[in-house]
Amino acid sequence: MIEVKNVNFTYPTGVEALKGVSLSIRNGEFLAIMGQNGAGKTTLVKQFNGLLKPTKGEVLVDGVSTRDISVARLARKVGFVFQNPDHQLFSETVEEEIAFALRNFGFKESTLKKRVTWALNLLDLTEYRKTSPFMLSGGERKRVALASVLAWNPKVVILDEPTIGQDHRQKEILRQFIVQLNAQGKTVVIVTHDVEFVAECSPRVVLMAQGQIVADGDAKRILTDPDVALQASIVPPQITQIFLGLTDLGLPTDVIDVSEATKALLEYLEGGNC
Amino acid sequence: MLIIETKNLTYTYPGGIKPSIRDVSLTIEKGEFVILTGPSGCGKTTLCRCFNGLIPHFYAGQLEGELTVAGLQVKEHPIYEMAQRVGLVFQNPENQLFALTVEKDVAFGLENLGTPREEIRKRVDWALQMTGIEELGERAPHELSGGQQQRVAIACVLAMQPDIMVFDEPTSFLDPLGAQKIFEVINELNKKLGVTVILVEHRLDLASKYADHVIIMDEGRIVLNGKPKEIFDSETARLIGVGIPKATQLWQILRENGIKLERVPTSSEEAVRLLREVLKA
Repeated sequence: MIEVKNVNFTYPTGVEALKGVSLSIRNGEFLAIMGQNGAGKTTLVKQFNGLLKPTKGEVLVDGVSTRDISVARLARKVGFVFQNPDHQLFSETVEEEIAFALRNFGFKESTLKKRVTWALNLLDLTEYRKTSPFMLSGGERKRVALASVLAWNPKVVILDEPTIGQDHRQKEILRQFIVQLNAQGKTVVIVTHDVEFVAECSPRVVLMAQGQIVADGDAKRILTDPDVALQASIVPPQITQIFLGLTDLGLPTDVIDVSEATKALLEYLEGGNC
Repeated sequence: MLIIETKNLTYTYPGGIKPSIRDVSLTIEKGEFVILTGPSGCGKTTLCRCFNGLIPHFYAGQLEGELTVAGLQVKEHPIYEMAQRVGLVFQNPENQLFALTVEKDVAFGLENLGTPREEIRKRVDWALQMTGIEELGERAPHELSGGQQQRVAIACVLAMQPDIMVFDEPTSFLDPLGAQKIFEVINELNKKLGVTVILVEHRLDLASKYADHVIIMDEGRIVLNGKPKEIFDSETARLIGVGIPKATQLWQILRENGIKLERVPTSSEEAVRLLREVLKA
């Protein structure tokens, strides 16, 4: 679906944000891009929808180079939800906000209405239909931004820091939601620092540091490797930290969630190690 | 000594249909480290805006009930007076910083109050030092990383030497290590200077080990109020979907399976110690 071929990217200020990045994302994949602030995560995903074009190398989306297609046409395929919803929202009501892009893409008025209602419902925003986005809390504004992108049904959805400002319950809803989108065949790319969220979702993890990819693999392998985590300034999930602190007792270290942890501890106690 | 006391505080924003906070009665002791949490939209930020007088002086609307902060009746004292006692650090430092250099930003509040030049110099240097950014004084705030910017924002508020500092999700734009550093700065201010800290936070896995008082809100009301260990172990916290630290969750599940740890852990270090005792026994 997305192919990044040996891409370098330098901002006009001279900052080299990407250095020889290559990455293939298959159709229907669920991917988390992780790493420290300034590692190049957002710069990388902005290449996926053509907001930024490589200084060197190329990015292919559905086989077409991002240099040969307009951002507007690419946006139909690749939806981007920004980190800070205030960079995205501007309409007077939540409903108009969601309708805006649909209108730009030339959806019929009847389809548009249906889509808006569907998206409001999906993200539990129906009661705010007529409210100004700026009257909502940070977490709610974030959901409006997400609803406005999902409304046009892009094949690829990129979410930049989707869990910021979301409470535990909303994160759980978001998690189920992403898993569901993914199960329906959408390619989902999230950019995140939230190790606990990633531990619960178990996507493929691409770890970045200083403009390069330093690790790529399943969530469990990457989050439980303390050296890899340190390299990219990631703090392992709390459960992993606990097990890393108990390695001398012969407990496994590749444990990322509470149920795995309970199982490992019970087995240890029953196994007569005491 | 009480530093904040509210009695039946209820507030509705102008044009709001229902109150954003209802019947909030609480007390906070001087020097406490308080975590204020609860689902998004529960009224946390609104309550914080009451503490420094933004409500009712800036936001207007309908405020009922009693509110005493640092010995002052907030309704009767303007924002500039409250701001000298209660400092507010926002979620996104971009919304707070605007000067051409870090020093100028940190000096701004004091200049507004007409503080003598010598005193400003002293306080700015001190605030930069306390937040670990002495070397950034001449830099432009917008060129700094998110973590550095947030430290500048903290220094700006600290320079006013407030009795109370309110942090509204100060780390949500930061990576985990950046967040940890900010929590450590906040903890230092609390432990070394005795500043009363009110931290609005969802990331309880990282923050709860610093707190000695946790308040949980839901739909504008306080639903839980007490010591962290009691709160995180309560059924209510689980039901309203507060992000109980994973270490505490593990403790709960182990207990259901007949394995009892000596205390309720709220951090991984504590869980390691407690588990070690059980596993070795």
